[in-house]
Amino acid sequence: MIKFIAKRLGSGLVVLFVVSALTFTLLYISSGSIAQNILGDQATPEQVALKEQELGLDQPLVTRYFAWLGDALTGNLGASWFTSEPVANSLATRIPVTMTMVFTAMILIALCAALIGVAAAVKRGWVDRVVQIGAIVGDSIPGYVIGVFLVTILAIQLGLFPATSTISPEVGPEAWVVSMTLPVIALLINGVTGGAQQIRSAVIKQLERDYVRTLRSRGIGEREILFKHVLRSAAPAGLTVLSLQLIGMLGGVVIIEQIFALPGMGPLAVAATGQSDLPVVMGVVMYTVVVVIVVNLLVDILNGWLNPKVRVS
Amino acid sequence: MSDSIDSSAVTADAAGLAAKPGTGQSGTVVRSTVMRRLIRNPLGIASLVILGTIAILAIFAPVLAPFEENFANISKTLAPADSVNILGTDSAGRDTWSRLLFGAQLTLLSALLCAGVAIAIGLPAGLIAGYYAGKFEAVSNWVVSILMSLPGLIVLLTIRAAFGPSVWISMVAFGVLISPSYFRLTRTAVQSVRNELYVDAARVSGLSDLSIIARHIFSVVRAPIIIQTAAIAGVAIAIQSGLEFLGLGDPTKATWGVMLSEGFKNVYLTPTLLLWPALAMALTIGGLVLLGNAIRDALEDGEKIKHRKKRSVATAEGTTAEPAKARQSRKSVAAVELGTEHHLIKVTNLGVGYPQADGSVKKVVDDVSFHVDRGEILGIVGESGSGKSQTAFSILGLLPDNARIVGGSIQFDGNYTVAPGDDRVNQERLSKLRGKRISYIPQEPMSNLDPAFTIGYQLVTPMVRVLGITKAEARTRALKLLTDVGIANPERTFDAYPHEVSGGMAQRVLIAGAISCEPDLVIADEPTTALDVTVQADVLDLLRELQQRLNIGVILVTHNFGVVADLCDRVAVMQNGRLVEEGTVRDILRNPKEQYTQTLLGSMLEGKTPMTMLVTPQKEPVA
Repeated sequence: MIKFIAKRLGSGLVVLFVVSALTFTLLYISSGSIAQNILGDQATPEQVALKEQELGLDQPLVTRYFAWLGDALTGNLGASWFTSEPVANSLATRIPVTMTMVFTAMILIALCAALIGVAAAVKRGWVDRVVQIGAIVGDSIPGYVIGVFLVTILAIQLGLFPATSTISPEVGPEAWVVSMTLPVIALLINGVTGGAQQIRSAVIKQLERDYVRTLRSRGIGEREILFKHVLRSAAPAGLTVLSLQLIGMLGGVVIIEQIFALPGMGPLAVAATGQSDLPVVMGVVMYTVVVVIVVNLLVDILNGWLNPKVRVS
Repeated sequence: MSDSIDSSAVTADAAGLAAKPGTGQSGTVVRSTVMRRLIRNPLGIASLVILGTIAILAIFAPVLAPFEENFANISKTLAPADSVNILGTDSAGRDTWSRLLFGAQLTLLSALLCAGVAIAIGLPAGLIAGYYAGKFEAVSNWVVSILMSLPGLIVLLTIRAAFGPSVWISMVAFGVLISPSYFRLTRTAVQSVRNELYVDAARVSGLSDLSIIARHIFSVVRAPIIIQTAAIAGVAIAIQSGLEFLGLGDPTKATWGVMLSEGFKNVYLTPTLLLWPALAMALTIGGLVLLGNAIRDALEDGEKIKHRKKRSVATAEGTTAEPAKARQSRKSVAAVELGTEHHLIKVTNLGVGYPQADGSVKKVVDDVSFHVDRGEILGIVGESGSGKSQTAFSILGLLPDNARIVGGSIQFDGNYTVAPGDDRVNQERLSKLRGKRISYIPQEPMSNLDPAFTIGYQLVTPMVRVLGITKAEARTRALKLLTDVGIANPERTFDAYPHEVSGGMAQRVLIAGAISCEPDLVIADEPTTALDVTVQADVLDLLRELQQRLNIGVILVTHNFGVVADLCDRVAVMQNGRLVEEGTVRDILRNPKEQYTQTLLGSMLEGKTPMTMLVTPQKEPVA
């Protein structure tokens, strides 16, 4: 098992390296006029050249990349070209906000989707039809559109929630929960509808397996078959569904934070993108890839624990 | 299972379709029936109408739109709908309806571009990886796993930072990013047909790889790719509009995302501005989702019909109205017919059917009667689809959920498990009998053990549940049982997972499980079919030995008269859901009365003189 984890971790690091190199190259190619943008239109060519030298833009790509990589390994992700704030600092204040939302939403999605999906698979009938229709509706409306309508209807028209969410230590836990409610709902609706449907299919697939019939023939009760055998076999498929949703959510949360004016990764990423602020964009990409790698590793470990075949090999 | 582990969420369903060889591989005949089914499905036709309308509006946008997309009437901002601006204007005085139309054009084109790029990369790569495997597959799998672990929007943000605001560049990038879904779909489909006989035949007959791919393999992936494209176009629209909503799109273009963002900025003044782009988006993506679902349903219906036809009785007699008097007698008949209580199991005029969508019932078992006593082995013989397994499962109460008892009764040890007039098996009664008094030996040993639990666990738990003994006692019994069924090293097998033992060993484990609670009746559904010939004889010997020692009744479902002659006391022959004839093995084998039984017996190989000589007799040497 330790070897298995080490191997996965190793391949994760390779992915991190490849993605960072690719991103850096992409951004490098486009950073031609960046010094001019930072200084504004009035800047003289000398000032621009000086700025380029300061940012290291006159260096060749490989030198710059390895300089960045060396710094990154020591935890220094550079500073924003526009605000000069160290990237590591901005990430440190913003990641907790985003991750709180993402993981709250993911836990709720996992619970709701599993509950509804299993109910639909086992009971069929109207629950199943609701899940099917819900999946189509959920697939049809992008999460951020749901967010926009939640704000418009619940916050602005009905005044039940604050339209924008400010999260600061001063507000009490109650206000904090209230301000997080709408963004989390906006994040999780698509996940629940899609997840429930896919978990339903996974459970039905397992219920139709031969060994389930044999277990029934041995006198094992339906409840035990469902909770001990079927759910265990369906879990890897469910975990994969959830991990893919989490990856998608890392992107989706950017828009949601923008809608609710949350001080998370979203506004930082959007601002940096608009300005081609290379160090910040690199920081955002790196944080995302690290989260994805960690989540995939956890899923692999859980799958290994659930499935003896994986464990052996 | 491994398949579902590495399938992406988007591809899972479509890949499942592709994996079934036969789906859509075919000429125009199948395709036109799929098309017809699609149009007959109300959701299918609705999605086609919605998407068609949007496409027409988009194509003729320059003609239909009353204003240029960026024409701004500054004196008329945030105006409500009137005869000039039929949906009103936005904060810059631009016509909402015109912008909606131009937005549709851009949205559809960009979705097409994205899907096109994804297909152009994923399809050939998947074909090559699936057909030739090897290094290319290994490398592409690695690339795929990286692409799939990147959140789309973050990548697009990076692309935007690098290349500036262009819808086309971002859609090309997203096409690259999402191409793994086509790659996986194609690879899975190709792998599943690569070793099919008709592909082998094409290879042997000298067709080049290219023409094999073009003719045989491409036709298999065509339908799943259409389904996938519908899904991907929807995702592309959602993500692209999201980018525009963030204000990172091309500011000179009218798009639904920009319109939504514009509406959101003026949400306190004119919230209706939000409604139109959101509606357009939901209709378009919803139309695509519905279309994908409808195509999949149309293809799956085709599959289902093919399967049903194979195993069901002629449809003509299928529509049977339930006799009213049978229903009435439901309550009054509690005790079985006098003089039949001594039979261990008695099946009387049993009928099993599956309700169809059109209200009729397809019968798969019709008017079947037989009985088995203690210490007796009854063979049920028939070809695949003759209803023998369905009969066995109705005795066990393990028919699929949609199956109905459409006639007759089943009694076990003097009590009805299916009383006359019941349309379902009495699960309350059977759940107490299953495992304890009636048990089951399945056909395919490997798929009938749960791969996630040890063999020991799967033997011990039923004994603990059914007999109420402790785990330790059950363990001792399980080890004894494993020895009884001829397993040399019971401890090791006890601790093993199913994938760690051979098929023959797994079948012995299943037999041990079936007799573990000392049942009175064992139903064995082709217990030797999936085994090696050498193992078959051992397993049959084992069955006979156990049956004699424990004096149990056995129903042996098989298509093999050799097994019947070897093991059974009596035999029942089934064809097309009906019982053709029944009698002692000696009678049926010596002088079968029915033509069908004779044919079945005639198809046996044992004891026949070879029809052709393998070596030609020596001839006079020529000249």
